[in-house]
Amino acid sequence: MQNVEIATIRAEPIGETATVYAGDYLNKLSGETIERECRQKLIAGAKKLVVDFSETEIVNSIGVSILLGVIDAAQDAGAEVVFSEVKSETQELFEMLGLTNHVQLL
Amino acid sequence: MQNSQKLIHTFGALAELGSEVAQKQNFQEMMRTSLHLLLGSLAIMRGGIARFSRFGHELNMLVVRGFSEEFPLSLSLCYEDERQFLVNGLYPIEVSQAKVLPFFQIYDQSFEKRRIELLIPLVIRDEIVGVVMLGEKANGEPYNNYDKDIICAMARHVGVAIAQRNLMAELERRAEENRRLYDDLKTTYADTVKAFATAIDCKDKYTEGHSVRVGKYSEIIAEELGWDEPEVEGAAVAGYLHDVGKLTVERNIINAPYRINAKESAELSKHPSIGYEILLPIHHPYADVPLAAKYHHERLDGRGYPDGLIDREIPYIAKIVNLADSFDAMTTDRPYKRRRPATEVIDDLSRNAGRQFSTDLVSAFMRGMLKELHGESKNKRFRKLLGRDYMETEGLAPLIAGALNDIAPTTHLTATHDH
Repeated sequence: MQNVEIATIRAEPIGETATVYAGDYLNKLSGETIERECRQKLIAGAKKLVVDFSETEIVNSIGVSILLGVIDAAQDAGAEVVFSEVKSETQELFEMLGLTNHVQLL
Repeated sequence: MQNSQKLIHTFGALAELGSEVAQKQNFQEMMRTSLHLLLGSLAIMRGGIARFSRFGHELNMLVVRGFSEEFPLSLSLCYEDERQFLVNGLYPIEVSQAKVLPFFQIYDQSFEKRRIELLIPLVIRDEIVGVVMLGEKANGEPYNNYDKDIICAMARHVGVAIAQRNLMAELERRAEENRRLYDDLKTTYADTVKAFATAIDCKDKYTEGHSVRVGKYSEIIAEELGWDEPEVEGAAVAGYLHDVGKLTVERNIINAPYRINAKESAELSKHPSIGYEILLPIHHPYADVPLAAKYHHERLDGRGYPDGLIDREIPYIAKIVNLADSFDAMTTDRPYKRRRPATEVIDDLSRNAGRQFSTDLVSAFMRGMLKELHGESKNKRFRKLLGRDYMETEGLAPLIAGALNDIAPTTHLTATHDH
């Protein structure tokens, strides 16, 4: 069962680029907070969203769904999405599922 | 390698969905998590889960992801849509096939705008419980049979969760309906009891309202004894119906404006047993009502009727009604006798505590009276039943307090409450 907790999202805006840290709560319902945070950055005028995976070991189906939500919102806003510091296993998963068709990997 | 990773990912989602549905939690959260798992397992860009209302014949969106605000939250279905969904069963329908459905023709633009590619009718045990709508995959490829099988398995979990929720809602609705029916029955029973009490009292023009008053005095005693609400109600009903046997006694005996003779007295003395016979076949919510009618003229000292029972042989409820009945007889005018002054009645009750009446019941009754005299009770029931002047008899409160001191601490002939 997913415990819904309020996740504190670390996000840093630098000009038109906003960096959001996926952390370890991406794989839970609380990960929706990341999506909300990204939407807020887009509303605030961000043209590039960087999702940092340095603190993320694995990504499950909930995490993929939340990231798709981020991609969808960015596409609607005409913004670019970049995934950074992605672990190799997660990168393989993103490639296999086709997320890499929509984002740039750093 | 890639295939095995894909398998691990999708089956992980399937396992998680199964456990999500199996565990009890907030339904809305369960649906949100289920949609995430469904979309995330195959990287589907957007989707939604709708619940079918068979009353409104519509699909109400429970949860959506990636649908714009303009997407309708409620979609009407017609008979043909429902029939086609049932025929299809729980298997994905491609939107190209769904275009023949009447409902698709209405919502065509909304579906196209959000690029919905698959519809999965959630058919559980031959009933439509909802529909899952899915957009395109992130890799841009069309859905293959493997994808459809995975979606089908996951959609079944979602469907079962909605069906369970519907079942629970139905059970709750029926339980609520039962509660309302029970309340209606209780009201009907209470109204019938009061109607009977009025009918009994109508027979005796001199003791008009007697049964109702005995019911209310019995209720006060039961409350003072600390009984719970249903037991207090039972005591009141026993009081209301205690004289039901009088319905069969000749009116001229009941209404005799003189002390009745032995023959008439014998006739009148049958009313407790007759009352018992009348009340016994009725299924009362309170078990002791017939016993109260039968034994309300018994006395602790064995000098009562019909059976001359003593103390512990007398049902507790009958002792309550006996006290209430006697009190009303002493405090109302009779054809051959005026009501007795309040102070005299209190003396009589104290004197007969332990002989005619149960001591703890006399104490309880007097406590109720004293509380009202001291302004400690919410309602002024004694005042309404006996009249203001009667209750304001000079020296009544100290007299009751003294009587309570005399009788309360000692002999508990009937300490057990075995009703």
